[in-house]
Amino acid sequence: MATAHSRAAARIMIAPATVLLLGWMLIPLCMTLYYSFQRYRLLTPDNRGWVGFRNYERFLTNPAFQDALINTLLLVLGVLVITVVLGVLLAILLDQPMFGQGIVRILVIAPFFVMPTVSALVWKNMFMNPVNGLFAYAFEAVGLQPYDFLSQAPLASIIGIVAWQWLPFATLILLTAIQSLNSEQMEAAEMDGAGPIQRFIYITLPHLGRAITVVILIQTIFLLSIFAEILVTTNGGPGTASTNLTYLVYAESLLSFDVGEGSAGGVVAIILANIVAIFLMRMIGKNLDA
Amino acid sequence: MGTITLEKVTKSFGDVQVIPPLDLEINDGEFVVFVGPSGCGKSTLLRLIAGLEDVTSGEIRIDGRNATEVPPARRGLAMVFQSYALYPHMSVRKNIAFPLRMAKMDKAEQDRRVENAARVLNLSNYLDRRPGQLSGGQRQRVAIGRAIVREPAAFLFDEPLSNLDAALRVGMRMEISELHSQLETTMIYVTHDQVEAMTMADKIVVLQAGNIEQVGSPLELYHRPRNTFVAGFIGSPKMNLMSGAEADKYDATTVGVRPEHIDVTPDGPWQGRVGVAEHLGSDTFIHVHETGLAETLTVRQTGDISVRHGDMIRLTPRQDEMHRFGADGLRLE
Ligand SMILES: Nc1ncnc2c1ncn2[C@@H]1O[C@H](COP(=O)(O)OP(=O)(O)OP(=O)(O)O)[C@@H](O)[C@H]1O
Ligand SMILES: [Mg+2]
Repeated sequence: MATAHSRAAARIMIAPATVLLLGWMLIPLCMTLYYSFQRYRLLTPDNRGWVGFRNYERFLTNPAFQDALINTLLLVLGVLVITVVLGVLLAILLDQPMFGQGIVRILVIAPFFVMPTVSALVWKNMFMNPVNGLFAYAFEAVGLQPYDFLSQAPLASIIGIVAWQWLPFATLILLTAIQSLNSEQMEAAEMDGAGPIQRFIYITLPHLGRAITVVILIQTIFLLSIFAEILVTTNGGPGTASTNLTYLVYAESLLSFDVGEGSAGGVVAIILANIVAIFLMRMIGKNLDA
Repeated sequence: MGTITLEKVTKSFGDVQVIPPLDLEINDGEFVVFVGPSGCGKSTLLRLIAGLEDVTSGEIRIDGRNATEVPPARRGLAMVFQSYALYPHMSVRKNIAFPLRMAKMDKAEQDRRVENAARVLNLSNYLDRRPGQLSGGQRQRVAIGRAIVREPAAFLFDEPLSNLDAALRVGMRMEISELHSQLETTMIYVTHDQVEAMTMADKIVVLQAGNIEQVGSPLELYHRPRNTFVAGFIGSPKMNLMSGAEADKYDATTVGVRPEHIDVTPDGPWQGRVGVAEHLGSDTFIHVHETGLAETLTVRQTGDISVRHGDMIRLTPRQDEMHRFGADGLRLE
């Protein structure tokens, strides 16, 4: 498969897909770049023109920007910590032989199949609602004041909801990794005098290193752009308490009808995502080398 | 110290009894080899001794103390696995030091022991590599190194050489024997390789379907197999076993004679047609058919004999090397 002829054939075959993908990604990106340097408000659509970096200036000096930046990072970090830690524990649990293993595994994976909007609505209305929610009932049952999660601790609540959605993904990947652990290695460690906790630290965790890296990288990509959960639960509020960058871009461009500033926000978000990616690859990318 | 005693030990997986009641005595400093066909329970028996499997009933004593309920780490035994089971993310040094680190031994002593083991096993130049960067034989030595630093009461080996090529296997066989005479520690060694069993063992335990068929020194097993199973299992090529008229002449149900105890002579009592003749250089194994005694007789001759496919030859067994077995398969004296 490596003759000059077969390589040329391969290139021709994948060319249409590559061109389509490039168009699909490049055109919107270029349009965003173009609009980000334009004055383009939907309320005054005729008043268009080049404004240089003014859109960027306004987006970056917007007091909401700093909050959104911090919220974005907190959201990503919080969900990563919860899903990786709980995912490792759940994966170990699911790896134990037990009654009804197949069904339990399907149940654990189920949340991943629920659409983000739906699961966020379910959480908002059925669990976290301060009047009708299950949590409110639980609080009242033990004689406590119901807690209004989404207005008292909006970001933490959203982190909880998103973590709940992504836990199955982490668990699944970590479970397959655990299953590939050579059982003789565990037995050797047992004979060498390592207790269960030491076996976890010295054998299981290093073995999971690569899988954890994959989980972190993939989840980060998706978590940087969380949107639906915020839109249907808190609308970014109260104030900017649960606004992340994606939501801020939405709020600027569609709620304030300012396409120019929204586009500038989009470009800023892309740059931020790349900065995060570079940091991640520097920190944990070496785990991916065989 | 390293005496191990098994008393009426049994092991069942679910309803299947893999080891029926079994007694075995292993003395301090002995090199004991378990041999037997695949699936006969050698690994299971070793894992029972190691504590990696729980016995279903019976008692295991190590140095006179009942160890049946003692967890593997506290039995004072070290095991070398078939797959080596090295820790892939640790350097060779850390692999070897792992049991010492778990025992919270002080750093200086750890280093001293690791250096020592590395010198004995010729690993000094590889201490900072990962297991993935070593050859099969080197990995094997690391696994042995990890076992010896603990100074255990006994070593357990489960087919440690089966992943190595033939030449390396011969080398490692000698190294392990050498190690045994240096350390004078009890070693239990599982294999299904005849040559390993015969050359390394002080005592061979022949197993079949979880039963001990015979325990004895290699030569004892070779010269006086207790039953037809051991007779057929020990020795390579296999002993020729015959029943029927030939056996009746010796007043037995089955008689056996080893290939090396049959001579090709012009006037022997047996005759047959040569099938395949395997010329190994030093030896020739001749497979003889149509003898009327058994399907095939295997005869071992010196390398320079010239026989060809289809030749008729006459054979003389050495009368004093005939083995007689009764109806129950047991040896008749
Ligand atoms: N965990 C288990 N569950 C059920 N049966 C088992 C288990 N482990 C081993 N056995 C059975 O016990 C018997 C003995 O297995 P064991 O591994 O001890 O054989 P062995 O003598 O080591 O064979 P080999 O030379 O092929 O390694 C086999 O019939 C095997 O199928
Ligand atoms: Mg085995």
